[in-house]
Amino acid sequence: MSSPDQAAHLKYLLRLADTSLILGHRLSEWSGRAPTLEEDIALSNIGLDLIGQARPLYAHAARLEGQGRSEDDLAFLRDPEEYLNLQIVERPNKDFAVTMARQLAYSTFAELAWSALKASRDPEIAGVAAKAEKECTYHVRHSAEWVIRLGDGTAESHARMQAGLDDVWMYTGEMFEVDDIDRAMIAAGIGFDASALKPRWTEAMREVIAEATLKMPGDGWMSTGGRRGVHTEHLGHLLAQMQVLPRAHPGAAW
Amino acid sequence: MSSALSASDTSIDATLAMARAALESVTDPELPFLTIADMGILRDVRARADGTIEIDITPTYSGCPATDVIRLDVEVALAKAGVERFEVRNILSPAWTTDWMSAEAREKLRANGIAPPEKASGKRALFSTTEVTCPHCGADATERVSEFGSTACKAHYRCRVCLEPFEYFKCI
Repeated sequence: MSSPDQAAHLKYLLRLADTSLILGHRLSEWSGRAPTLEEDIALSNIGLDLIGQARPLYAHAARLEGQGRSEDDLAFLRDPEEYLNLQIVERPNKDFAVTMARQLAYSTFAELAWSALKASRDPEIAGVAAKAEKECTYHVRHSAEWVIRLGDGTAESHARMQAGLDDVWMYTGEMFEVDDIDRAMIAAGIGFDASALKPRWTEAMREVIAEATLKMPGDGWMSTGGRRGVHTEHLGHLLAQMQVLPRAHPGAAW
Repeated sequence: MSSALSASDTSIDATLAMARAALESVTDPELPFLTIADMGILRDVRARADGTIEIDITPTYSGCPATDVIRLDVEVALAKAGVERFEVRNILSPAWTTDWMSAEAREKLRANGIAPPEKASGKRALFSTTEVTCPHCGADATERVSEFGSTACKAHYRCRVCLEPFEYFKCI
């Protein structure tokens, strides 16, 4: 870790990896308790995709850092304020509609983001991006189908789906922020300009929400800070569960 | 000097051939009728000047748990064949796609009751139905039960003609 660019690069990798890992872990919480067997399998599979996207990014970050930490150390031995994920992915699952709203909002963004990152000059990011983009296409379709079914369903499912969208909306603004780290990475040809994705994301969301006969929530106050290590109270609880084994048994191997 | 060099070149060539032969037996743990070469997972096998054999493998689906097992199986196959110095490299770029699966691999999938991936991997519209042919009876009248199946790479389908459920290898 010598140049400031390298420090920014490391943080950039952690932002991408942490966001994928935390959402992957959240979805794994549905394992064994989703509404149907097919959904149980679907959410577990999507979670697995996300954790799989995170792993090579952590391994890459660990090599770049050069401090002898492994991908597991980065995932299991950092505290909440060291985590740089978007806040939207740490939000609790609540009911199925809230989970689907979060999935639609994040996956729609992620598909656009990975598509842009395919052109990254960092070959590891470009490699992860090429596959993640295609996987996200499945994730978007999965959540969009549910949002439409539930929104255009019964009065109860419609109300819950609307509540889900309203619940998640104030965490969507952070996805499109561009700060100094982003600017350094864009200049280096490594990163992408998230702010440029907002119109396409909004259009894609509007299309699904209209077909679901739901109301597009308004862009009011947006919660932010996850990518600087400022988190909601939910991340600590998630990490406590995710990290308990390696912290209780340091150095334990399978 | 030149004869010593050519002798060592010969032994490197022999080791390389040995490594290639050993890797032909390595199969995908989730699809044991397919070799990692059929799958397009094995990207390259070559020898360095010092005789170390370099093996490039690439992961399939991001979260596929078989990836670690495949790497281990590669190492075991090489060690069993007597290849002493080797390095298995995990290559992420270019990213694996189902387009890399050989025609033979597709036939083997079908023969084992799994509908092979459609050739061109791409995006499809909401609620669209991909035309997937039943691997049991060959009928085109099939329906998707779930886009997510027993492994990350498979979707769950049902044939409306022979009524059998089957798996479809999703394209990415």
